[in-house]
Amino acid sequence: MLKFILRRIMMMIPQLLILSILVFALAKAMPGDALTGQLAQSPKMDANTLMEMREKLGLNDPVHIQYVRWVKNLLHGDLGLSYIHQQPVTDLLSGRLANTLLLSACVLLLTYLIAIPLGLVSGRWQDSWADKLIVGYSYVSFATPLFIFALVMLFVFGFKLGWFPTGGSVDIQVEKGTLDYYINKFYHLLLPALSGALIGTVGIIQYLRSEIIDTKVKDFVKTARAKGIPESKIYSHHILRNSFLPIAAFLGYEITGLIGGSIFLESIYSYPGLGQLFLQSIMQRDYSVVTALVMISGLATLIGTLLSDIILSAVDPRIRIE
Amino acid sequence: MSNQPVLQIENLRVSFRVHDAYYAAVDGVSLNVHKNEVLAVVGESGCGKSALALSIMGLHPPAKTKLEGKILFHGTDLLSLSVHELNKIRGKDIGMIFQDPLTALNPLMTVGRQIEEGMDFHLSLSSLEKRGRTIELLERVGIPNPNQVYHRYPHELSGGMRQRIVIAMAIACHPSLIIADEPTTALDVTIQSQIMDLLRELQQQMNTGIVLITHDLGVVAEMADRVAVMYAGEIVEMADVYTLFDRPLHPYTRSLLQSIPSAQHPKERLHVIQGIVPPLQKLPRTGCRFRSRIGWIDESEHEEQPILREVEPGHFVRCICYKNFHFPHDHIGDMKYGIS
Repeated sequence: MLKFILRRIMMMIPQLLILSILVFALAKAMPGDALTGQLAQSPKMDANTLMEMREKLGLNDPVHIQYVRWVKNLLHGDLGLSYIHQQPVTDLLSGRLANTLLLSACVLLLTYLIAIPLGLVSGRWQDSWADKLIVGYSYVSFATPLFIFALVMLFVFGFKLGWFPTGGSVDIQVEKGTLDYYINKFYHLLLPALSGALIGTVGIIQYLRSEIIDTKVKDFVKTARAKGIPESKIYSHHILRNSFLPIAAFLGYEITGLIGGSIFLESIYSYPGLGQLFLQSIMQRDYSVVTALVMISGLATLIGTLLSDIILSAVDPRIRIE
Repeated sequence: MSNQPVLQIENLRVSFRVHDAYYAAVDGVSLNVHKNEVLAVVGESGCGKSALALSIMGLHPPAKTKLEGKILFHGTDLLSLSVHELNKIRGKDIGMIFQDPLTALNPLMTVGRQIEEGMDFHLSLSSLEKRGRTIELLERVGIPNPNQVYHRYPHELSGGMRQRIVIAMAIACHPSLIIADEPTTALDVTIQSQIMDLLRELQQQMNTGIVLITHDLGVVAEMADRVAVMYAGEIVEMADVYTLFDRPLHPYTRSLLQSIPSAQHPKERLHVIQGIVPPLQKLPRTGCRFRSRIGWIDESEHEEQPILREVEPGHFVRCICYKNFHFPHDHIGDMKYGIS
């Protein structure tokens, strides 16, 4: 198992290399360069100074040298300088990254907490009224755009009922590190996470439902029944485990998707995370930040697939590599 | 052989719901299986033999199936039991061997666990005892290195090995009856005979009754004590194996036997039964159900309400059409079979 994981991580190296080349090429292909943003703030700068600065920053060097320098800096954790915020990208990201990861993890956890029981009920008691209700819910949630649903949630529970805070990730007055701080943080997290989770369940519910429906007529389930095993045990030992395989495979992609999905959530709930920053940076052409964020979400995708492979190999003996 | 049969099926009708109507796949079947006896049920695909096997185990989806008649196991009517009560019998007193060992095992569970699982519910043994018993079972069904195979997953074993595992599961709690639903169909010929040998050996050791569902007459000749030939949901002929191969009466039985390639006459054209078993919804429900496939026989040769008659002790045949039956290329009268 350890060998498998190591080998799987080794496979990520060429993937990362290709990813970095792509991201770099895309950044180069964007109109303007690192100075364009700065230029917008000081329009009086003359062409000579600009040339000098370009030379100093190495922007006139051959592309491959620039690439190698970029990767070198990347490996040292140097993501460059944001010209809009006038601070290193690393500093800009560090606090927000934690926030985004926290929100993503909460959305993911809530999604699974809601979707798995519903999928189980729906698949086991197929065509019952409960099943119809659940399938109905999953279709409605599938058809609801996140940015509208999140707005409605914010309006109803944040403004009208006032049950939840309407923005930010934590109140200013609470002291960092105390228990109150964490409770407050969680309190800010709950509404956005719930909004994301409630309409993100359709994939898991439908997958699990159809897997259970497929699995419960398989031959090995008949074998289990012929052994005289009670129905509840047949579900827990035979049907569910086999039905969870595609859900496990799905998990990796969910992780990737959540970083994209957070853009809406974070913007609507003015939650200081990467998604919100991403949107801002694209609008303001803050090129070094965009590059860093694309790189991060690319990395998240790779980690997501790595995780699904590890989970799959843990639950399915057939794909374990000896 | 005790006189009290292990299994006694009386007038069993198994109907499946297709849209809004029920269609019988097994239609009025009665048979007995005694201790230490192998009863083979033969017929083409779709004749209802597997439906019969699954109904004994209560494995049909209840919402789509209607079961009528009686299935008495040691005198208890299995059809009258709740699932909970049935679970105390199946897997313990009745074991089942399935057709396809590739799909009959849970791919995510070690074979050792799968064999043990039935014991969890039927026998009160410690986990160590269960394990010992499982390894003993693996040895008994001819698995080399049982200690290692115990920890293997199904995909790591060959088809023949997996069928041995399925058999070990069926006999794990010493059943008095085994239902074997085409146990060798999915295996290649050499493995088939090994599995049949194993089954016979186990049957002799444990004195179980076996209901052997098969379409392979070679397997029947090798294994069975008595044979029931099924066509379109009904038993058309039933006799002990010697009588059946020696004096087959019903046109269907004779057609089946004619269709076996023979090593003695390799050049001869093989007999083919015309047509196919009609699909469930189009099954003939009146008269001799086989008549459409022996169209050259005059309609008047059939009975209107064919019943299973005992033509000699222990030999039952349905319909009277056997009396003047002949194959199309034979001269009438040349091949007259029959006793009366």
